[in-house]
Amino acid sequence: MVRSLSKINHTVWGGGLVIFLLLFLTIGTLIAVVCRIESISGLTRSEWLAIRFTIYQSFASAVISVLLAIPVSRAFSRRNFVGRKILITFLGAPFILPVIVAILGLVLVFGNSGLIKNIFNLDRLSIYGVHGVILAHVFFNLPLATRLLLQGWASIPSERLRLAQSLGFTPVNFFFHLELPMLRRFVPGIFLIIFLICTTSFAVALALGGGPKSTTIELAIYQAFRFDFNLSRVAILSILQITICGLLAIFSFWVAVPVSYGGGLDRLRPQASGGRTVDLIFGTFAVIFLCLPLIMIVFRGSGFLFSIPSTVIFAAMRSILVALAATALSIIMTLYLASLSVYYSRRFEIFGYLPIATSPLVVGTGLFMMFYNWIDPVSIALPVAVVVNSMMCLPFSLKIITPAFFDVERDFGKLATSLNMTGWSKFKLLIWPRLKGPVGFSAGLSAALSMGDLGVIVLFSDPTLSTLPMEIYRLMIAYRMDDAYGAAVLLLLLSVLFFWIFDRGGRTNYNS
Amino acid sequence: MIEGEEQIIILEKVEYSINGFELSVDLRIEKYAKVAIVGPSGAGKSTLLSLISGFIVPKKGKIMIGGEDVTNKKANERKVTSIFQDGNLFPHLTVEQNIGLGIKPNLKLNDEQRERLSRSIDRVGLSGLARRSPGSLSGGQQSRVSLARALVRNHPVLLLDEPFSALGPSLKSDMLKLVNEISKEKSITFLFVSHDPQDIKKVCDLSIVVGEGQAFSPVDTNELFKNPPNILRDYL
Repeated sequence: MVRSLSKINHTVWGGGLVIFLLLFLTIGTLIAVVCRIESISGLTRSEWLAIRFTIYQSFASAVISVLLAIPVSRAFSRRNFVGRKILITFLGAPFILPVIVAILGLVLVFGNSGLIKNIFNLDRLSIYGVHGVILAHVFFNLPLATRLLLQGWASIPSERLRLAQSLGFTPVNFFFHLELPMLRRFVPGIFLIIFLICTTSFAVALALGGGPKSTTIELAIYQAFRFDFNLSRVAILSILQITICGLLAIFSFWVAVPVSYGGGLDRLRPQASGGRTVDLIFGTFAVIFLCLPLIMIVFRGSGFLFSIPSTVIFAAMRSILVALAATALSIIMTLYLASLSVYYSRRFEIFGYLPIATSPLVVGTGLFMMFYNWIDPVSIALPVAVVVNSMMCLPFSLKIITPAFFDVERDFGKLATSLNMTGWSKFKLLIWPRLKGPVGFSAGLSAALSMGDLGVIVLFSDPTLSTLPMEIYRLMIAYRMDDAYGAAVLLLLLSVLFFWIFDRGGRTNYNS
Repeated sequence: MIEGEEQIIILEKVEYSINGFELSVDLRIEKYAKVAIVGPSGAGKSTLLSLISGFIVPKKGKIMIGGEDVTNKKANERKVTSIFQDGNLFPHLTVEQNIGLGIKPNLKLNDEQRERLSRSIDRVGLSGLARRSPGSLSGGQQSRVSLARALVRNHPVLLLDEPFSALGPSLKSDMLKLVNEISKEKSITFLFVSHDPQDIKKVCDLSIVVGEGQAFSPVDTNELFKNPPNILRDYL
């Protein structure tokens, strides 16, 4: 590949800086954490409990999500109904849905004064505890598993479906010869990805878990840090967390993990002879389970939207700033890493996936341990949130932008070189216009994700500097539910709005 | 006579190989020549053009363009304009931007350059279409945009790699006429890869045969087609 000198230097400098920052944030912070271990005297009982709970709830959440996703995705893939396309697009929504909003929605449906309890006239119904954590994880990961499995159903060639029909396959034959082989290919990867997501779950465990029986390692880190300020224990827990994430991340590199960010999912499968009732039951269940909490929160919260306290407004403004800054940083880092992998070696892309094997809380505590002797942690709470959020958005931004970057170079690289387009002109006149779509989409995802993030911020911040999700959590634990619902609607609106603005902005037309 | 005075392109004992494919070239092309490159598919016609334009680097040998040793020069430093089979235009830029890139790659044009740009648009018969995007043009019009860019670049060598193969016969004929005229006006030497003997006979007085791992010295086109060598006979 031909390249010009100025471009090389710019890419190398910027890309090198990005890689340095990533290594600092992942491995550097880990080293800072390790240095805090005072004595290695084995694990205490509560640490064992945290490990057990983390693995148990992740396993259960992944199993339930995948098991439900199989019939649900099969129903969506072979039944045509009004609103099918919208519904399938909507399955991508949990990605930009703030966790705390979903939790409040689930509380409204499954909580002690929620819909289910009232309808069935139950004595007591609690969403807090193990089952609440798993419920919330299934709520978030069922749509993901369904989307990924839709690809699986679509991957069964239609010739083979016709062949099966002409051979007079029964549903059982059909399952063993066509569906099972596909599931074998897709399910392990999907299971693993959900398992991994759930092990780093913090916000869900913070809001719905808690006691000794339902504390994830991430939550234990937070508690040891915030309540006991026992840095040695924080360090041990962090290492446990990183070990689990790291092992799973390495494992998921072996198992092919399907990845999809849209496109082609709404293809309809022709075969649909039997199983109408099953499809109807699971399809309806999924729609109700996924939509009801959101409908409830909008329904309950909208009325309070205009009476939310001013602290919520200020928190919202902070969240907007954090989201914009994190998005900008994330996109810049992505573009540098992507150009390194396009112009030099694909291997540089790997650095962008380091954040998968780390946990935001561990990165946060590492940064705290490095700097707390010199700087008041509260004063850097927002910048830390920006940096950590941008890092966590990197893996999927890369997955979206890098292939498009390779396409630009493949389709237009030679022409650009022959016209002597280099450096800034090449970026401005070729790369940016061609990448606007994918950049807009990943910027939208990053903005929504950063806006709704309830993670590292609670580690550093205090109420005077809270972000919107943190403020909602504070209102929730103070039982100011009306204000919490109102603020949740605001957060939902902001997340969707920012996603829409960026995604839209990337799609401004040009003829191609 | 000083070497390279009359010869615009010299490939001296050039050898290139990749993944078992080999091509050796030792030939000279006179100034203002109109040269066709003929040979079976996969023989290395495009490879020959890429060696001249600098997109690939030979293992051995020397390449000279306009009396200057360019063997170690990158594609963007050679005084050569290439028109590819497709992908000659940026779909997100307008016609005039696409052509303007040939004058200045950052598109910051002064008055004189802008004037040159609009003359080139008129010259290739695209008056009034300057602000259109390539996607809204016909295939023939798109080819004209590429030619207009070759015109403003004003390099002494023009390499055409089957640029009009997607056009119908009469359009193709028009384009070839235009290439011929422009080359004459601007004293451009051009090399033209084509599969169509009719096209070649129409515009190229010389032909380079590529086959059996070699690119042979240019010979008279009419002679060649009257009495084709074995490599070419099988292919024709």
